[in-house]
Amino acid sequence: MLSVVRAEVHAATLADNCLVRNDWVCPLYVQTRAEELWDGTLQHLYITGMSLLIGVLISVPLAVFAHEWRRARRLTLGVSTALYTIPSLAMFSLLLPFLGLSAATTITGLVVYSLTILVRNLLVGLDNVDDDVRDAARGMGFGRFGMLRKVEAPLALPAAFAGLRVAAVSTIALTTVGALVGYGGLGNIMLRGVQANFKAEVLTSSVLSVVLAVVADFLLLGLQRLLVPWQRAGA
Amino acid sequence: MGWLADTVAWLLDGANWSGSAGVLTLLRQHLLLTLAALAVACVISLPLAIWLGHIGRGGVLAVQLTNIGRAVPVLAVLVVLVVAGSPFGFSGLTPVTAFTLFAIPPIVTNTYVGMREVDRGAVEAARGMGMTGWQTVRRVELPLAAPLILNGIRLSATQLVATVSIAALAAFGGLGRVITLGFANQDVGQVVAGALLIALLALAVEALFDLLGRLIDPGRRVAASSLQVPVVSTEP
Repeated sequence: MLSVVRAEVHAATLADNCLVRNDWVCPLYVQTRAEELWDGTLQHLYITGMSLLIGVLISVPLAVFAHEWRRARRLTLGVSTALYTIPSLAMFSLLLPFLGLSAATTITGLVVYSLTILVRNLLVGLDNVDDDVRDAARGMGFGRFGMLRKVEAPLALPAAFAGLRVAAVSTIALTTVGALVGYGGLGNIMLRGVQANFKAEVLTSSVLSVVLAVVADFLLLGLQRLLVPWQRAGA
Repeated sequence: MGWLADTVAWLLDGANWSGSAGVLTLLRQHLLLTLAALAVACVISLPLAIWLGHIGRGGVLAVQLTNIGRAVPVLAVLVVLVVAGSPFGFSGLTPVTAFTLFAIPPIVTNTYVGMREVDRGAVEAARGMGMTGWQTVRRVELPLAAPLILNGIRLSATQLVATVSIAALAAFGGLGRVITLGFANQDVGQVVAGALLIALLALAVEALFDLLGRLIDPGRRVAASSLQVPVVSTEP
C-alpha cells in the first residue's frame, strides 16, 4: 500500500521524459549534454589527428629506408608486427610510468599501432612499382633519389592512401581505449555511461565514434580522388 | 624508476597469484573466455565462409565484415551490451556474445579469401576427375586454403586476447582486471605488471599459432610471409 503511494508521489514529482525513463535514444540527453559530447568529440579528433600526423611523419622515412635496405626491411616488419600484437590496454599501461595520465600516453600508443599499418602499405606501394618503369626512369637519367621522388612515390600513392584510411579508421576506434588514462575522447563518455548505467550516454557516444570513423574514411577517399585522379580508388 | 621495483615486487609476491582475484584465476578466466568465443566464432564462421568461398558468392559481404569490425570500437560494443544486460538474466552470456562478435570477421574474411585463392586449375582438375562438390571442398580446396584459414583463426585469437583485456574496463573479468585494480589502488607497479602479463599472453598465443602454421604448411609459405606484407585486419 505504502509503496503504491510512494510510486504515485514519485511519478507526480518527476517529469516523464526520456532521461527519467533511461531510454536508449534521448534527444533531451543530446540537448542538455551537448557541451560534454562536443568536448569528447574534439578530444577524440585531436588525439586521432596527432597520432596519424606523427605516424605519417615517422612511417614515410622508415618505409623508404626499409625499401632500400633489405635488412632494415626484415627488422622493421618484424618489430612492427610484434608491437601490433600487444593489446591496446597493455600498451597504454606500459606507457603510463613514462608519460603519466596524459594525452601523450594515448597518442604514443596509437602512433605505434598506426606505424605498423602505414609502413606496410607504403612498402606494398613501393614494391609494386613496375620494374620496366624503373628501368625507363633509369634510362632517362633519374638518380636514386630522383626516381624515388618523381617516379616511385607518385605510383605508391594509392596504396599509401589505402593504408592511411585503414590507419585512420582503426585509430579512431582505438582512441576509445585511452579512457583508461582519462584521455579517450568519446571513450571517456562511454565509460562514464556504463558506470552510471546510462543508456542514452552509452549509445550516443558509441554511435558518434562510429560516425567519426565513417566520415574520416569518406573524407580521405575524397582527398585521394583529388590527389590521385588518374587512379580510381579501390578498397 | 620506483615503479620498476614495484612491478617486480608485485609479480614476485605469491599473494597476488592466488585467491579469487589472483593472477591464476584471472588468467583462467581470460583463457576460458577467449577459447569459448573462439570456438563459437569458428562454429558460426567456418561453415558459412567455406560454403560462400566454394560457390564464389557473397565476397563483398565477407570482405566488408572486416571493414565494419575495424570501424566499430570494441569498447563501444562492450558498453552497449553491458548496459543492455543479458536477456536471459545470466551475466556470463554477455561477455561471450560480445567477444564472439569480434572473433567472427577475421575468420570469415580469411577463410573466404583462402577458398577463392585456390588455383582454379586445381578445382577444374578435381571436377574433371569426377569429384563431387563436397569431395572437391574436402580434398582440394580445404587443404590448399588451410594456411589462410589458420591465419584467420590466429588473427581472431590475437584480437580476442586484446578484446578480453579491454573488457575489464567495462567491469568484466580476465587479466585486464589486474590493470583496472592497479588504477583503483593507484599502484603503477601493479598496472605495469598486468600489462606485462597481457602482452606476454598475446605473444604466446602468436607463437603458438606460428608453430601450428609450420606444422600444417612446413617451410614454403612461412619463408615467403616474412618478406611479404600481410594485411592488418584486427584491432589490438
